[in-house]
Amino acid sequence: MGVNSPIEIAGLNKSFGRTQALDGLDLTVDQGEVHGFLGPNGSGKSTTIRVLLGLLRKDGGEVRLLDGDPWRDAAALHRRLAYVPGDVTLWPNLTGGEVIDLLGRLRGGVDTRRREELVERFELDPTKRARGYSKGNRQKVALVAALASDVELLLLDEPTSGLDPLMESVFQDCIDEFKDRGRTVLLSSHILAEVERLCDRVSIIRTGRTVESGTLAELRHLTRTSVAAELAAPATALASLAGVHDLVSEGHRVRFEVDTATLDEAIGVLHRAGVRTLTATPPTLEELFLRHYGDELPQAAQAEPTPA
Amino acid sequence: MTGTGVLVRAFLRRDRWLLLWWALGGTLLYWSQAISVKGLYATQAEFDRAATMMESNPALIAMAGPARALNTVGGQVTWQSAAFGAIVVGLMSMFIVGRHTRGEEESGRDELLRAGVVGRRAPMTAALVVAAMANILVGALVALSLISVPLAVADSLALGVGLTLCGLVFTGVALVAAQLTAATRTMYGLTGLVIAASYALRAVGDVGNEALSWLTPIGWYQQMYAFSGLRWWPALLLAAAAFFTVLVAYAVFERRDIGAGVLAARPGPARAGASLNSSWGLAWRLQRGSVIGWSVGLLATGLAYGSIGNDAGDLMGDSEAARDMMVAAGGDLVDGFFAMAMTILALLTGGFAISSALRPRGEEDAGHAEVVLATGQSRTRWLLSQVGVTVVGSAVVLGAGGLGLGVADALVTGDEGTVGAFTWQTLTWLPAVLVLAGLTRLLYGVAPRLATLGWLGLAYAVVVLMFAEILRFPDWLRSLSPFEHLAAVPVESFDSAAFATVLAAATLLSAGGWFALTRRDVG
Repeated sequence: MGVNSPIEIAGLNKSFGRTQALDGLDLTVDQGEVHGFLGPNGSGKSTTIRVLLGLLRKDGGEVRLLDGDPWRDAAALHRRLAYVPGDVTLWPNLTGGEVIDLLGRLRGGVDTRRREELVERFELDPTKRARGYSKGNRQKVALVAALASDVELLLLDEPTSGLDPLMESVFQDCIDEFKDRGRTVLLSSHILAEVERLCDRVSIIRTGRTVESGTLAELRHLTRTSVAAELAAPATALASLAGVHDLVSEGHRVRFEVDTATLDEAIGVLHRAGVRTLTATPPTLEELFLRHYGDELPQAAQAEPTPA
Repeated sequence: MTGTGVLVRAFLRRDRWLLLWWALGGTLLYWSQAISVKGLYATQAEFDRAATMMESNPALIAMAGPARALNTVGGQVTWQSAAFGAIVVGLMSMFIVGRHTRGEEESGRDELLRAGVVGRRAPMTAALVVAAMANILVGALVALSLISVPLAVADSLALGVGLTLCGLVFTGVALVAAQLTAATRTMYGLTGLVIAASYALRAVGDVGNEALSWLTPIGWYQQMYAFSGLRWWPALLLAAAAFFTVLVAYAVFERRDIGAGVLAARPGPARAGASLNSSWGLAWRLQRGSVIGWSVGLLATGLAYGSIGNDAGDLMGDSEAARDMMVAAGGDLVDGFFAMAMTILALLTGGFAISSALRPRGEEDAGHAEVVLATGQSRTRWLLSQVGVTVVGSAVVLGAGGLGLGVADALVTGDEGTVGAFTWQTLTWLPAVLVLAGLTRLLYGVAPRLATLGWLGLAYAVVVLMFAEILRFPDWLRSLSPFEHLAAVPVESFDSAAFATVLAAATLLSAGGWFALTRRDVG
């Protein structure tokens, strides 16, 4: 294993004809972390992963994968990683079991015990022909094939979009075990609970460009906390605080949103007015992402530089 | 049936160019014959002489059909075009039906349609209507183009109507096949088998036992005797067969689930067999069925040709003049027949080779290539294993044809030596077959959506073989077909230099495809 990060992308460009799919994308995934890769549909997540797999040729920028060039060294690098596509299609006339073995052998060997264990955990019927599998079951086949291989890096493109909650939790356990062995995962996902539960760091991209990258705590830092309080006296000073938004005062009750940076000051104002009841709700992931996915984005991106 | 009209319009919208090209191609097949034959012979005496020679050539009869009134333009058009025209409309019908029924079901798009306000039978009926419209279009264009030449109106109409009905029979066959199998590929295989068998059976029938010609739609079409004592009643057989097959298709459809075939899926092995351990293993596994199917088909075709070859001399009839001419033109009659048979076997194998060279494209389109290429297989290795199966498969398929030819001949003549000799001689055509695959691979490497144009290579080779003489193609135009460069064994002796040159051309085309593939985006 190299000393560098398993995935290092800087200023990556890729266009299809006139469509600019990636426009100066940056992404660094460190050794041993589960990295969430988020963005609205069509923002370039799958394109990035396919460049990393050497399926697409970059137009510009720097891409390093496991200390190699994903285009030139594709085959050698692929022995050290496993990939689960977002839209799993399998050979209709092969059974699930055959596909798992085939993909494992193509990568250089199957750990039979581990394979059996995973088939059992994911409750997969390996004797069924791929033609007859549902979307979720096709995904399980690809997941078992990927997880049963002994690799350093997993590239997962929305791997659980068809799984039921039970299987989702099996998947999360498997990723935990994988991470416990010091391995690295790039996980593209729209399931925010999954991201919150699994990811150490996340990168959010929009229209082919990285707009945020950092730990969830760091990202939360960029957003607002909702506060509701009942006070002994009106807190008129709140209105003059720069970081307080959407302030509603009804007699002794106040509700407002406050930027994380101003939180302490705002609570100070409340304290001086005399707090009777107080609820403060941290920003939910949904709010976080809605802000980043939505149109508000440009200001947000300008307001705070991306934490390293 | 609710929604059939909407679907018909939607299908026509998707198919308009496809239909246009098929219709023009089919029409051109007939019309170009009429035009070219018309200006070919200066005097009727010359025409008569040429006709006598053709009539007495069993190889040509096996290829085209019963030789009748060959000293007339109409007779020539019927003879040269009817069998191939029937194959063209057969393939057209098969693709139209497959694309809108089983293909849609397999991909799951059909489900989306069926969730709309659409009756159970509407998609199938719409496919039938579109296929019928296409066949009527081809038939009408053929009839009109021949009338415009001008040829006799009633006989021109008969050729058109017979062609349309032939197409409808194969439409029915394709509809039945679409109900039986869950995979589109298998459905095409089944239908193609019926079309090929119809052609081969009538070949045997026309040369030998005439009763066999009465077992196939192509035979019925030719038995209408257009331009040589026209009779309409065989058309009734065609109409009845079309009606009956469509009826069967609907009956089967009522008894099956959407998305499934009649032949139910059985559980398969939970573990992969030892052979499924590399991209070679995968490529072989994916094409195994197709190699076996084509081999059986070619074996049967070889057997059919081999069984009649030795009679070639007898079929000459009493015409001493014709015999002299044949010998002067191409040497031994029996050898000439087998040379022609081997060329046809090679052209048929070209069909396998091209469809096999198209497999990588199918794999890429379906997203399977992506999964395999993400496992540590290099593109080179992945493509090479596909190429390997194409090359070995082509040799096996072609060899099976030669084997059939030899075995049947050995059974007839008692000379066991022909088994090995014919198999080897047939295999000398392999480089030309591989050029067709190489061309397809080059197109695929450059841009996957161009790959299907590889079929044009085969079409061109057929045109050169069948019509270059009659249409007086200049040499350079003929030399574009790889089949023109190889020695026509056993009439000519094997030419190892030509063999090596054509093989080198095939390798070069493939290498070009590989070069382009390693430099473009995949998926």
